[in-house]
Amino acid sequence: MSSAVENTSLRTGPDENGRFGIFGGRFVAETLMPNILALEEAYHAAKADPSFEAELVDLAKHYTGRPSPLYYAERLTEHLGGAKVYFKRDELNHTGSHKINNCLGQILLAKRMGATRIIAETGAGQHGVATATVCARFGLPCVVYMGAKDIERQKPNVFRMKLLGAEIVAVESGTGTLKDAMNEALRDWVTNVDDTFYIIGTAAGPHPYPELVRDLQSIIGREVKEQMMEREGRLPDSLVACIGGGSNAIGLFHPFLDDKDVRIVGVEAAGKGIETGEHCASLSGGAPGVLHGNRTYLLQDDDGQILDGHSISAGLDYPGIGPEHSWLKETGRVEYVSVTDKEALDAFQLCTRLEGIIPALEPSHALAHVTRMAPDLPKEHILVMNLCGRGDKDVFAVAEHLGVDI
Amino acid sequence: MSAPKTSTRVEQKFAALKAEGRAALVTFITAGDPDLETSSAILAGLPAAGADVIELGMPFTDPMADGPSIQRSTIRALNGGPKANKGQTMAKTLGMVAGFRKTDTTTPIILMGYYNPIYHYGVDAFLADAKEAGVDGLIVVDLPPEEDAELCLPALAAGVNFIRLATPTTNDKRLPSVLANTSGFVYYVSVNGITGGAAADAATVSKAVARIKSHTDLPVAVGFGIKTPQAAAAIARVADGAVVGSAIVDRIKEHLDDTGAPKAGLVEDVLGFVRDLSDGVRGARVGDAQ
Repeated sequence: MSSAVENTSLRTGPDENGRFGIFGGRFVAETLMPNILALEEAYHAAKADPSFEAELVDLAKHYTGRPSPLYYAERLTEHLGGAKVYFKRDELNHTGSHKINNCLGQILLAKRMGATRIIAETGAGQHGVATATVCARFGLPCVVYMGAKDIERQKPNVFRMKLLGAEIVAVESGTGTLKDAMNEALRDWVTNVDDTFYIIGTAAGPHPYPELVRDLQSIIGREVKEQMMEREGRLPDSLVACIGGGSNAIGLFHPFLDDKDVRIVGVEAAGKGIETGEHCASLSGGAPGVLHGNRTYLLQDDDGQILDGHSISAGLDYPGIGPEHSWLKETGRVEYVSVTDKEALDAFQLCTRLEGIIPALEPSHALAHVTRMAPDLPKEHILVMNLCGRGDKDVFAVAEHLGVDI
Repeated sequence: MSAPKTSTRVEQKFAALKAEGRAALVTFITAGDPDLETSSAILAGLPAAGADVIELGMPFTDPMADGPSIQRSTIRALNGGPKANKGQTMAKTLGMVAGFRKTDTTTPIILMGYYNPIYHYGVDAFLADAKEAGVDGLIVVDLPPEEDAELCLPALAAGVNFIRLATPTTNDKRLPSVLANTSGFVYYVSVNGITGGAAADAATVSKAVARIKSHTDLPVAVGFGIKTPQAAAAIARVADGAVVGSAIVDRIKEHLDDTGAPKAGLVEDVLGFVRDLSDGVRGARVGDAQ
């Protein structure tokens, strides 16, 4: 870590051009530029308006069910025999994941900006469900773009979105996963730029989305700080979260970036193994590039063509990552590691049996890394893992992977 | 306006057409679609078929501003046809331009696409190699003026035109920054949307062109949704150029067999369609729009 990093706050980004170091930016078609600039202006105005914050706090408490508990995973801790493991239980939120934190904030902005139509992309369907939920709650029509392959492996969420009144558009282009859904959502936005608000689901995309989504998800880390002071009278020693685009992770990490004694670890999806090429670990196996409005680490070939990722978890199946994570990797503040499909499946089963909690496959990746870390750490070491989603949506896919016919 | 001192092929071409009193036919094909050999043959035949300016697409896996026609064209190019073991690359695209320049030294070639393949190639290396190959200008969809330092300013310094897209959402407040570092011509995207979709009517386009011209002396070419010689003629009456892309790459697709290989007569038919477009543009009266 350079001395500049040690002496300055890591929480001031992005700069006025939407950059975190060289990452981020506004790499979009001209048609979208006025909207991007209007969103930035509307967001800054909303931040300065106490009524925006008040409405968000009220919805978080009475609609989402915040604060989410900070749970001491006692049996898992005993099993691992090392660090004391806590779960931040964002899977208990309304709609079953952290995604609702972001969607509520963005739909309030959409209302302020006078949008009459909402679009979103979704991978696992968690963001799609959260978006369809807030659209139902605020009475706005909702179109969700979802890869055809993801529709197949996330059927329960597809039906939930339909029940909530959303229109689901199956995206067949590319490999029919999250990247392709995002392309198609951008094509919709560029066509319907006058009346449509695009609720991006992760802390990526053109500025100001990475900042906006991070700020809305930072409630996770702020609550952890407060709850841990109450429980243990001190800050945790380490934080662990899974990363696809990275919104749950940046939400947990950001409030702690300047607390230098807190070790921070992000866990990417290694799929069938980094060495096989079939993975979604942009930071471990990719290179900086420009896609979907921002510069960040991307999976790409020798000619700058984007490669299709692979992960057992549809929510991590994306060849990029939020730009702030790319920057945090380069500054060295956050460690990034990866976990395979197999390791995640094992952790999924372990958590289910030991804690009576069925985690989503996404945080099962974080949990798999916790099972590697914790045994070597002293018993007084406090570790917090973000349990960012519940696994109800995954039970059919898991049964298939385990060879069980239900 | 920071136009390079020596005039480029793009500037020379538009000046010559202005003297002739007609608009330019600007044609788009994707480099390597459906395979390198066929695509090179189409490229070589475009000037004789009446294309005044050539846009050559640099294929990219994620063409976010393109509709289904150009998306499919891009996939065909990246696959390289049923016989290829590797498809189109940036080196092959630049090689196509160099090959074209052996027999044609006057028709401007604009490379069009997305930033990542250029960024990955390296901006300085790309500009040097593109210049060397005989590329005259660049259109990079995902580089708005806010990102000028990335490629636009280095391109201008290297003597390569950087042609910006202006759109219906580019309001008068924003237009000067869009035009500031643009050179060669302005590409007006006549509708909000993706390529190959709906078209704007000539009256609406005429107003938009007049608005842009009140801010710049650069020629204004208009594209998106122009699919027939008649539509090209209607645009040629009110603008300095008509851009046709999706309709041309659809012609390529119509002449592919089940394996994706070109059938006999593909090149001739595509060039025949370009000739029809050119007749439309040349037959339109543009004098009263100048």
